[in-house]
Amino acid sequence: MSAPAVHYTPISPRRVFAMVLRHWYLLSSSWPRILDLMYWPTVQMLTWGFLQVYVARGTGFAAAAAGTFIGAVMMWDILFRGQLGFSISFLEELYARNMGNLMMSPLRPIEFVAALMIMSVIRLAIGMVPVSLLAIAFFGFNLWAMGLALVAFFVNLFLTSWAVAIFVAGLLLRNGLGAETMAWGIMFLFLPLTCVYYPVAVLPAWLQVFAWMLPPTYVFEGMRSLLIDHVFRTDLMVQAFVFNAVLFGCAGVAFLWLLRSARREGTLLQGGD
Amino acid sequence: MRAPATPPAPISVDRLVKRYKTVTAVDGISFAIEAGSCAALLGGNGAGKTTTISTIMGLVEPTSGTVTVLGAAMPRQRHRVLHRMNFESPYVNMPMRLTVRQNLTVFAMLYGCVDVAGRIRGLAEELELHDFLDRQTGKLSSGQKTRVALAKSLVNEPDILLLDEPTASLDPDTADWVRGRLEHYRRERGATVLLASHNMNEVERLCDRVIMLKTGRIEDDDTPSGLIARYGRSNLEEVFLDIARGTGEAREAAQ
Repeated sequence: MSAPAVHYTPISPRRVFAMVLRHWYLLSSSWPRILDLMYWPTVQMLTWGFLQVYVARGTGFAAAAAGTFIGAVMMWDILFRGQLGFSISFLEELYARNMGNLMMSPLRPIEFVAALMIMSVIRLAIGMVPVSLLAIAFFGFNLWAMGLALVAFFVNLFLTSWAVAIFVAGLLLRNGLGAETMAWGIMFLFLPLTCVYYPVAVLPAWLQVFAWMLPPTYVFEGMRSLLIDHVFRTDLMVQAFVFNAVLFGCAGVAFLWLLRSARREGTLLQGGD
Repeated sequence: MRAPATPPAPISVDRLVKRYKTVTAVDGISFAIEAGSCAALLGGNGAGKTTTISTIMGLVEPTSGTVTVLGAAMPRQRHRVLHRMNFESPYVNMPMRLTVRQNLTVFAMLYGCVDVAGRIRGLAEELELHDFLDRQTGKLSSGQKTRVALAKSLVNEPDILLLDEPTASLDPDTADWVRGRLEHYRRERGATVLLASHNMNEVERLCDRVIMLKTGRIEDDDTPSGLIARYGRSNLEEVFLDIARGTGEAREAAQ
């Protein structure tokens, strides 16, 4: 038996790159997929942008004038599309009936997850960069002017979106496409609770307890503080990061448990409903 | 002088049981496949072939018993050996929107091929992929897709090749060509091959051992010619029918 022309390493950036390449090939070969990445963020941004103009003019509501609506919708898109970008790439493997090939290959779960995280950033960038430029052109709202604060918001929102997406990926491995609706809908549970468009104080006191357990709540409060009071709340970002670390850990444990359960139930090769 | 130690079998299954809730898919089977040999798992639908192969691949966790591949306990130690294995099955597809070259590039990288472009050139030569290397995989004919799947299964020059119905839905000419390539690969590389198939001619041609499964248990285990002789039949298909219908035992007892 001659020596194999392969080189194996326990954790391999090359395998991560291979998976990113696989999804980049898919994305770049399909203009409807690329258009879809830009379509809804644009529609959302324009709708909330014009609503903001109307509210600010009609009521003189200072928060609207400061751009909180449009800022909120763009932050929400980072959270929502960060998760969706990860989950859709994962779903593509199920739709393609390719999961068996991947699970049988030397690709490790952590490499697969890392590749899907990178793809979610790429997918979000394709959608959000043009939308952020349109927001400047239409409403004079410059997301990039937030500077370092934007980095803190971005990191925390992405950590939450990935944690949720990792949990959904585990559900999909365990239950196949029967869990597909979770991929599309799970993040909407965060929409009212994380107070995207209104302050946490609006919620009933008992619900505020739950809201403060969700990392994006701190980000949206932080964003309003920055836009209205021009104060960057470091404390909120640190708290968000701590809750994200817990959420991420729980999602990782749940994913590994669901993956093991999928091996026990023999669902890794099926992937159907 | 001590006798030289026998090298461990590349695939070893010991008292394997797999239960899905109330259904027992595999019920205490044991076998070992020798290095460089080609063995077939035969049996009707629901006999436990796919579950057994999936367990060997590390995709299914045994309820009890052990599966060892190249010395690694599956699925716990699978990452030690997955780069030395590969498989082909009609139950999984290559991504259809990617071209053949793109698919092979991705899998060559996943399997750690050192010279990706060179390996793809070699596979294209060996499996006659040149004409459609840059076409989308989804736009190929069944025969061409099978050749691509075969190329993927050989991309890392595996020591262990697991094949689940490798010529299902192929015309006789293409199926014969695929069998020829598999024979060639095994001969050249000294690979160990485990095959699940419903095609008895294929098994007679490729395999030097047949493990007959029925309702999750091993009903018989012999060479193709040995089985044919013992059951007094003229080919493996008749032996298969005897075992599937439960007439083989009566025949053997009568003899």
